[in-house]
Order: sequence, then C-alpha cells, then structure tokens
Amino acid sequence: MKITTARRIAQIFFFALFVWLTVVATVGTGWSQWRGWPIAWFLQIDPLVALGTVLTTRSLHPPLGWALLTIVLTILFGRVFCGFICPFGALHQFVSWLGWRGRTARDRIAANGYRPAQAVKYYLLLVLLIAAAGNLPFALLQIGWLDPMALLHRSFNLAVLPAADLGLERLHPGGRLYQGALWVGALLAFLLLLNLILPRFFCRILCPLGALLGIIGRLAPWGIGKTAAKCTECSLCDVACEGACNPMGPIRTSECLMCMNCLDTCVPAEPLGYVPRPSAGGEITAFGVSRRGFVAALAGGLAAAPLARLGGSTKSAWPAGLVRPPGSVAEEEFLARCLKCTACIRVCPTNTLQAAGFAHGWESIWTPVLDNRIGTSGCQLNCVACGHACPTGAIRPLTLEEKFGIGDFAAQGPIRIGLAAVDRGRCLPWAMQRPCIVCEENCPVTPKAIHLSAVEEPVRDASLPLVAIDGAVVQVGGPPLPPGRLATGDYAARLPGEPLSRRIVANTSNTLTLDAEPESAGDGDLPTDGKVDILVRLQRPVVDPERCIGCGICEHECPMTGLRAIRVTADNETRSANRGVLLKASF
Amino acid sequence: MKPPPPIPPTADMNRRDFLQRSVRAGGAIALTGGLAAWLWDRRRPGQSHREPAVASVPDFSLRDGGRPLAIVMGRDRAAMLRRGLDALGGIGRFIRPGDRVLVKVNAAFATPALLGATSHPDLVAELVRQCLGAGAAGVAVTDNPINDPESCFMLTGIGPAVAAAGGRLHVPRASDFTSGSVAGGRLLRNWPILQAPLRGVTKLIGVAPVKHHARAGASMTLKNWYGLLGGRRNQFHQDINGIIEELAMLVRPTFVVLDGTSSMMANGPTGGSLADLKPTNTMILGTDGVAVDAFGATLLGRTAADLPYLARAAARGIGTVDFATLNPIRESA
Repeated sequence: MKITTARRIAQIFFFALFVWLTVVATVGTGWSQWRGWPIAWFLQIDPLVALGTVLTTRSLHPPLGWALLTIVLTILFGRVFCGFICPFGALHQFVSWLGWRGRTARDRIAANGYRPAQAVKYYLLLVLLIAAAGNLPFALLQIGWLDPMALLHRSFNLAVLPAADLGLERLHPGGRLYQGALWVGALLAFLLLLNLILPRFFCRILCPLGALLGIIGRLAPWGIGKTAAKCTECSLCDVACEGACNPMGPIRTSECLMCMNCLDTCVPAEPLGYVPRPSAGGEITAFGVSRRGFVAALAGGLAAAPLARLGGSTKSAWPAGLVRPPGSVAEEEFLARCLKCTACIRVCPTNTLQAAGFAHGWESIWTPVLDNRIGTSGCQLNCVACGHACPTGAIRPLTLEEKFGIGDFAAQGPIRIGLAAVDRGRCLPWAMQRPCIVCEENCPVTPKAIHLSAVEEPVRDASLPLVAIDGAVVQVGGPPLPPGRLATGDYAARLPGEPLSRRIVANTSNTLTLDAEPESAGDGDLPTDGKVDILVRLQRPVVDPERCIGCGICEHECPMTGLRAIRVTADNETRSANRGVLLKASF
Repeated sequence: MKPPPPIPPTADMNRRDFLQRSVRAGGAIALTGGLAAWLWDRRRPGQSHREPAVASVPDFSLRDGGRPLAIVMGRDRAAMLRRGLDALGGIGRFIRPGDRVLVKVNAAFATPALLGATSHPDLVAELVRQCLGAGAAGVAVTDNPINDPESCFMLTGIGPAVAAAGGRLHVPRASDFTSGSVAGGRLLRNWPILQAPLRGVTKLIGVAPVKHHARAGASMTLKNWYGLLGGRRNQFHQDINGIIEELAMLVRPTFVVLDGTSSMMANGPTGGSLADLKPTNTMILGTDGVAVDAFGATLLGRTAADLPYLARAAARGIGTVDFATLNPIRESA
C-alpha cells in the first residue's frame, strides 16, 4: 500500500471519528448517545489546548494529558498530526482537491510555492500565547477563535449538525436552536472557501496549532528530503504539495504537513525520501518570522489581556445576563479555561445552553450562557451533563449531591447559578389582575423558591347595584355582564354589609350564582340596595432568594413570551464571592 | 463548464432567426406571466391560512353499562392495578384482541419515580403488560412533558419500563402537533394538539398520580390531559378551571387510573422531596374521570367543591362529582 493511501485512510478514519464523537455527544444511554464515548478526545489530544490552559492556569488539567501523545508524535515524526489525524486538515484537503481538480500543473505549482504569508500563523500563535501567559486576572485564553479542534467542534455543534437535523429531528426530537449559528457557519464556510484562493489556506497561513506543531516538529530526527543534491527539477512534487514547503529546493521543514504526496510523485533515480538526515537539497528551518513582526506580535499579545480587562466585564461591569451553567468556576478562571469548543452546549439536553454573542462582552464570545427562552426547559434540576463534557474544567464535573448541597455538601448548600426576580410591571397577577402562577407551579426546588401571596382585588368597573337576592342567586344592575365571564372560579362577590366574599360559580348578563347562600339569607334582613363588589382572587408569585438556585425553569415557562415577567440574572451565584445579594446572618 | 460558442457576426437580419428569437422571447414572457398569475395571492397578507376548527380526539369512552368505579387499597401498584381491573370486569372488558392502545402518562418532570411527581413506571409497565396480555396489537405510551421530553422519560423510569414491558414510547416531535378544537369549546380553538400518537389508536387510557397543585387545587386524571396540548399552553393557567373542563370535553378515554399509593400533599406538582409525599395507599380506576378525581381529592384532604372544574365537567355531562352514587367497588390488594 502506498503511504498516501494509508494517509487517506487515516484522514477518513479520524474525520469519521470526529463526526461520530460530535453526534454522540448527547445525554442518553443508547449506543449512539454519550454513554462512555470520549466525546472530547480531539480537544484532549490538541497540544495548543494543553499549552494555552497551562499558561493561563499554571497547571495541566489531567484529561489534557493526551496532548503529550501528539507532542511525542510530532517530536519524532514532524507534523504528522496535520497530515494524518487533524479532521479539519482533512476537510481542507478535500475542499482544496475539489477546488483545484482539473487545474493545470503550472497553476498548481504556482499555488503550492512557499509564501511569506505563511509566517502569519506564527504571529497569531505568539499573540494568543503571550495573551494567555499573564497572571490570572490578566490571562486571556482566546485560542478558541482559531484552534482547529475548538473551531471545528463549534462549527459542527452549532451549525453543521443542527442544520443537517432541521426538519428531520433524528438527533433531537423537537429540533434545536442556536443563536449566532449563522456566524459560526459563515466563518466555517469562509475558511473552506479560502481553499479556492490557495490550497489548504487555513493550514498554511492561519492555523495556530499548525504553527505550534511546526515549531515542535523541528526536533524530528526524520523528515522529507532529497536523497541526492541534484534532481531533474521536474516540479512534479510541487504539483501535489499540501504544505507549500518546497520539497524540491531547500525544504521548509516547519511547513511540511507530512502529506507524503511528493514521495508518490517523485520519479528520478535519487528520489525524495523520508530520511533520517537533512535533505540533500538543503533545509530552511526558520519560520519566516521577521524581527519587526515578532516584536509587533509580542506587543499585541502583551497588550491584549490588560486592554480586555479594562472593559470591566469581570469586575463591576459584569454582564448580569451572563448566567453560566452549574459547576462553572469563578468568571476570571472560567475565561482562563473555556475553549469556546461548545461541548457543554451540544450536550445540554434542554438546549437552554447557548453560545454567548458579543452582547456579553468581547472575551465571552461563544462561551456558554443560559438563555431560558430557548429550549425545552431551563436548566434541569437533575442534570450535570455540561460539567462532565467540559474538557478543561471551566465547568467542574458535579455530582447531584454537590449540586443540591446535600450529604457531604450540606454545609455549603446548593449551587446557585443566579437569581430569579419577578417583574411586577409585567407579571399577569401582579400587574394585570389575571391568575397565572405558572412559575410557582414549575419551580423544581423543594420547598419551592417561589411562594404565593394571595389577594382579593376589585376588578375594573367592580361595583354593581344590587337588585335582588334569591338564595344563592344575586341579581345585579348596571351594564350587562358577559355570560360565564365571572364563572372561571377566580371571581368572587361581596354583598353589601358582608365582610367576606363568596366565589361566583356562574353568571348571566344580570345574575351571579354564588357557591353558597349568603349567611344573612335566613335572617330576613337582606340588604335590598347597595353595591355588589366583584373581586378577583389572585395568587402572586414571590421569590425567596434563599431558596432560588437560578435554574430559569420559571423564566422558561412564563407566559409573557417576549420579555419574561420573571427573569434570572447571575446575581447571587455561588461561584462568585462578590455577587451575593443576601445579608448573611445565622439564627 | 464550457462557455457557449460565440455567435458569429452576421451581415443581414435573417427572417428565420428573427422569428425564432421572437418566439423564444414571447414564450419567456408568457411563462413569466403565467407563473405570476398562478402564484397571485388573492388573500390579504396575514390572513389566516389555518384549517377550520375540527374535533380532533376521537371518543374512546365505553358505554357498556358496566362498573364505572373501583377503589383499591394497597401498596403494590401492579397488584392494585390487577385487582382494580378485575373488579371492573377484567382487562378484557376494555381491551379487545387487535386493539391499538395509547397510554397517556404524566411524565411532566425530569425527576425520579420515587418523588411521585410522575406516573410510576411499575404501574405503567404493568398496564402495558395487561393490555398486551389481553391481545392488544400494540401499546404506545406518550406525554408532552414540561421539562425536556427525553430527560423526562429517562429519569422517571417510564421510558425503560415501557420498553421492558413490550410497549413503545412516543417522544413528541414538533410535527406531531396539529391544530385542533373541541366542539363547544371557548379556549381550545385551533390549538396545537399532540395528535400523531392518536392515529390508528382504538383505546385510550390515562394514568396520573395524585398531586397538590396551587393553581388548580389538585392535579389528577383530568388535569393530566394537559399533556396532550402543545404551543404556549401555559396561557391556560389564566382560566385553569375552564381549560380542565374543556380537556375533559376533548378527551373521552376508555378508562383512567389514578395512583394514590402515595399522594403529593404539598409543593406540587413538582415535589422534589419525600417530605412532600404521604402514603395514602389507594388506587382508583374508572371510566368516569370526574368521579375518579372527585374521590382522589379526598386523599388530599379536599372536597370536590374545592375543585370547580369537577362541577363544570359534570355539568357538561361528562361524569358525576358524587362518586358514591356510582357504587364504587372497594377492594384491597
């Protein structure tokens, strides 16, 4: 078997594996559901993820130890990850093949020559890593913008899979919504279309992981190279070169993607080979990075974190609507760990977890945030899936015990992700005299965090002249009543001289039937004039901040469909020491 | 793609060419005009395209003059169900060979069965087995829960229990809801109703637990039909008695099972703690949902008068509030 055939098989295998691991990243016990599949494996073997989080947190999150495998592989064999394993690379190679099929050899040789722009990826890597290297308040993890694993996971989770499932509902009954899916999908499409300008545009010019592997790969004892100084210089190797590394001349070792195409096409007596010594045609080990470019990237990286923090989004100007999933670590550390890979968002069974847009702060783009208007319910009480999906510990894997604050965790109490507050200007029973209390019904906390305040209020045009009383039937004057309108069980009438009201069980245009005869009916001293007050009996929701965990189920269920009349903000969340609301007192 | 060959310069206008070009142009104009006429919208924008109101749930009720109500005491749900069915005349009275049965459970919340917020899996599984044992061609189980549907069926244990008993779980999809109305209804007009699982069904059974409910007073078998509604059904809380009355008008089941083995006395309908439950050791089976719920109310220490929807449903001729007049059989298992 030719080495390029082996490479294609590996690429197809790893791409299929990637798709499979994103498809199964859904809560459930079926074989095509999560069960024990290593859904974050491609993120775990990504050395840029490991290095980025090591820089921000000064420690290696154990699941990211898999990255050592890739590093060792790269030290020994160069960028084989790019050529054989990377599913994003495989996708780019496929699109490039489609786009350049049938083009002349001359065009392709020109396209596959080395370009100074290939140094851009090293500048990008430098900016991202320097920005990550500060001490915690000034450590900025933004590798997720371009890291190929985070980017591809995000594109599949938010755009590709849900779009493919539209109308089919094979992955999720009821379908899914993802805010900002258009931009995630558009970025993917844009990056793929760049392959029409240059084959493997992203891999050659933009990929920060490729840059990192290019640097590590310089240590590789083996590599592609000429076995004799002279060759026929036929340029056939350049026709198919994926990395634009110039295999015929002095080869750019850090650019070589280990696609092995050149080995296939080379025909001279002393051909190109995979050799344990420098190329006989010479090697260029520099990255093409200029001194000025290096200094500029360094300065950019150094400035990024302090400038981002000046916005105050982790200090007093924190976005109130940025409700993080349960188990999230405190915001500064969260931002130092979150890759924007959206694994948590994909795995969330209710679809309430969404990728943040710019509205929640520039740094937080594509990080998880609850949107209780989207999905099948708010954050479900008996669910801890997101923390178990997170590859970097930005969301801790909780047990239900810890989430509820029971057993060993009784002393610290339940995890609160925010606090619900009733908007009394929009709430039906508070503002509009309509019974409702859907929020109370659905509050999953026990005892409920929403309790009820019962009132009886006169309705509009409430006082009707009393005409006669006959048993439980009261005849009233005034404009005709809509028959049945007061018979919902929520209205009551108070007769003149009676302290208490009675429930109305039926009404015609001018009579009210009460649920029992008035107490004074037998006394013979019934009033014959005066006013009958029509009252509505309302239960009004009141939030108990000591009990509310911020799950947002109330917000999801609130019938004010636009701006909900009960809404959750991140106030009072337990992960932050300084966002508490309640006076702490012990009794 | 190859571009079309360039047209060579011509000296003179050729009659044949001109006619050909004119015919092509005329054809294109006619096609465009015809297409526009075909697509012409004769309605005003925003005018409703919805289908007219139709009664959407067939009447599954049994009017065979048989026993309407059985009350069984005990702790073992499966045994109580069997005893109750026997008391009503046996499962064969309700399920005939070849019947396609739909069981509407209460799977509203993604909480474990022992918290009593949902139909108990043991009961649902036994009911499925009983129906299959009576020769039913198939038994499907469904609900449109409040929490995430898949999580609800999994965490309540209903999904696995149904599969193990040989039934089929129907998790609702968006396309399962079609617009429907109830004859004589005020509230349920062109409302999305979970109709897909009802297709081809010949018998309908409701299974609900006994639960406290601050808005409705209690949530039992009549309130359980709420789970056949889609859309923004929460609006109906503004007239809770009206909607439960109309649900009783809409859905006429073959029989219902009200499980008061333990009753949720407070913090309903979600519960969340064993402290919210009280062992009441009672299961009520009947063909009259109003009577079943009227008895169920007593388990919560309430009376039928506390639940206005019962009297309203009775006034519609759907059942009777005064369950004692039905001479309920009392058994224990």
